[in-house]
Amino acid sequence: MDSDRVRKLEARCIEEQPPACVATCPLHVDMRAILEKVKKGDFSGAFALYARMVPFPGIVGHICDHPCEATCRRQEAGGAIRIAAVERALVEESYATLRRTAQRLSKPKRVAIVGAGLAGLTAAFDLAMKGHRITVLEADAHPLERLHHDYDEAVLPRSVIAAELGALQTLGVEIRVRSRIAGGGGPLGLDTLIDDFDAVLLALGPGVARNFAPTVRLTDNGRIDIDPNSRATSHPKVFGGGFHGALGEVYSPIGSIHDGRRAAASIDRFLQGASLTAKRDDDGGEASCLYVNTAAQQAVSPVEPVDAAAGYTLEEAKAEAARCFPCHCQECVKACVFLAHYKTYPKRAVREIHNNLSIIMGNRKANRMIDSCSLCGLCETVCPTDLAMGDVCLEARREMVDSGHMPASHHDFALRDMEDSRSARAAFARHEPGHARSARVFFPGCQLTASAPGHVERVYAHLRDRLEGGVGLMVDCCGAPAHWSGRTALHTEVVDHLRQTWEEMGEPEIVTACATCLTMLRKHLGEAPVRSLWPLLAEIGWPEDADARAAGRTLAIHDPCTGRHEREVHVAVRDLAARLGASVREISSAELTTCCGFGGLVSFANPEVANATIDARAAERPEDYLTYCAMCRDNFARRGKRSAHLLDLAFPPEDGSDPAARPDPGFSGRRDNRARLKIRLLRNLWGEDMNDPELVWTVRIPDEVRADMERKLILVDEVTAVIADAETTGRKLKDRKTGLFIATLRTGPVTTWVEYENTETGALVHKAYGHRMNVEAKS
Amino acid sequence: MSAPVPPKDEVPDTDDLICARCDVPLTMGKVLASYMGQTFPVELPVCPSCGFVYVSEELAAGRMLKVEQALEDK
Repeated sequence: MDSDRVRKLEARCIEEQPPACVATCPLHVDMRAILEKVKKGDFSGAFALYARMVPFPGIVGHICDHPCEATCRRQEAGGAIRIAAVERALVEESYATLRRTAQRLSKPKRVAIVGAGLAGLTAAFDLAMKGHRITVLEADAHPLERLHHDYDEAVLPRSVIAAELGALQTLGVEIRVRSRIAGGGGPLGLDTLIDDFDAVLLALGPGVARNFAPTVRLTDNGRIDIDPNSRATSHPKVFGGGFHGALGEVYSPIGSIHDGRRAAASIDRFLQGASLTAKRDDDGGEASCLYVNTAAQQAVSPVEPVDAAAGYTLEEAKAEAARCFPCHCQECVKACVFLAHYKTYPKRAVREIHNNLSIIMGNRKANRMIDSCSLCGLCETVCPTDLAMGDVCLEARREMVDSGHMPASHHDFALRDMEDSRSARAAFARHEPGHARSARVFFPGCQLTASAPGHVERVYAHLRDRLEGGVGLMVDCCGAPAHWSGRTALHTEVVDHLRQTWEEMGEPEIVTACATCLTMLRKHLGEAPVRSLWPLLAEIGWPEDADARAAGRTLAIHDPCTGRHEREVHVAVRDLAARLGASVREISSAELTTCCGFGGLVSFANPEVANATIDARAAERPEDYLTYCAMCRDNFARRGKRSAHLLDLAFPPEDGSDPAARPDPGFSGRRDNRARLKIRLLRNLWGEDMNDPELVWTVRIPDEVRADMERKLILVDEVTAVIADAETTGRKLKDRKTGLFIATLRTGPVTTWVEYENTETGALVHKAYGHRMNVEAKS
Repeated sequence: MSAPVPPKDEVPDTDDLICARCDVPLTMGKVLASYMGQTFPVELPVCPSCGFVYVSEELAAGRMLKVEQALEDK
């Protein structure tokens, strides 16, 4: 993942884009953060944020023309936040806490500012804060003359203006009134200022300025020709500001302040000999591209102050601030347990993943995070810019595998399970008995065979019964675990083997029962025609003897995440359930379904995230769940959510037990089911006998111990092998107090330990555990 | 066959462990623990006769797991 690609991916995530209020404000005052603090009653914290961006908080807090309110997204749900009114309450409460200290420069520059309006004084403030010596020259009798004319005492108390001017003087700004600057030389001439000062700002306000020619170039209408972005004039030491430059502009206090700030930034660059134009981001207000789902918000009306003239009380300001959502995108985080668990969002996660991959020495702290994404595609579906975290995580996993940095323990068990499902113990392919070729081949997948092998037999019989041309059977794994774990070479090996088998079968149409197999085979088997079992079943109908006991049952349907976009399948499954008489409720739309925790092998790399994912889904509806993915069903069952596979409804247990109460078979049970299915099918349909698995030792495992082994990913076969080895070789310990034996064996990449006792009916297992580290006595 | 029920589990005390094959008690001995190309010398209960090393569940699920994970994230 090179840094260019990382930047592109990061740019796709808009979560860090400024919200509308911040983007629209010419000064980009962080109102979202300020309202968050006001909401909590932290007025001094809020005011500190406000005063960091606003040069004259007392004045602006009273008269800001608040362009932010026009773009506030709350207006789509009850009315825009009354930001200006909250600001007023804030500055009236906290203005007295304002403390400012200017930088100290060893060689301060001298800057003359002509005009003591908001633009000129903002420039004076900004440059004074940077440590320069500022002299303001004002033609009128008072600085900020306009504010005295334009605003009533009730709106803008004169004491506020006086306080702001006092603060400015405290910073060392000298204001000379009745000092009208003329053109040319002379004591108050522009040329003299240019000679006496390091830079000059003409913050003039509207009107012609012909007397400043030819020192600075004028426009055709007699105004100083000012570059709109840098505020430079034709004279390198002279800058222009105020509303002088434009015609017909509507007066805006915040616009004037922004104008002065931009001129000050240019003067500071000029004084440092820096470029006036490079990397500027102070163009003023702009539109926000942050996506906000306002439709999900309840409408709430603005708070009306009890005393309109006095404005909000602090409590009213808090209540109004509490109406701020605040604006965030986070559509994926709201939908994804994994992102929420890591308290992250794609932009940040992409950076963390990139950093993790780039570590040469030190700990790779994001390894488990990368392996905790289910690759389910929900984030991409809900993202306004279609950013797919699954693609990013998968790419990262491949890089980790290729560079030898993938932690072995994360996927090792799942890959060994895949190996089992592909081995001669479980996998095989045959044409239909009595047929030399197959028009179609049924591909039940490794999990339906493991979860409900009887269903595979029933469905296969039904397909043979209804379909012409021969229906072969291909019991194998689609390679999803290899793909999900980033093992590219292993995945290629699986796909090559599948293609070879498919070609040997005469290139039939492949019918998959599993949504993951459907996606994987379609994507990686290229030329092979692959279709889902469910639309085919909807075409040919259920068998005559399909059970009718589902009639009247209401279930909530959970679609598998790997099939979220398979519209045809969604329709077929609902139709098939209805034909069994079941009534089906939606949990979410099929497109917005979540993972069951198995996707991306999360349940192996991070059981906590996998369990939280399935529990969140299970809690969405009280009804029993209906699934058509064996893994989803078993994961719901494992977490205590009653759920039935669609085939459980059609072919319920013969003993009459409740199909929605079928337990998760567990990992050992899954392997056993696959192996026994193969033996049974080969014997019953093709008359072939396999050697039954050799039973070397009778081992009994109580339910609690078995459940504990499931959590620790220890198989019955492994425990049996440990005991068989101990009993054959005598290599074991004995606990003199309890009489228990303790034995161990390296089984694959794991050392398994078993504590057991020998009884008349075989070994009774008390405990099993394992570790990956190798230990041996020092010889 | 009725479901087997395990007796209440006891954590084995190393002093009570004997090597069943050699019929001698375990003693603390020097052991090499290795994972992902790294080897560490540790002291663990060992059969002084055949070298059978005992790793308790507490050790396997505790300190040993932490070291394994730390090495995997290097």
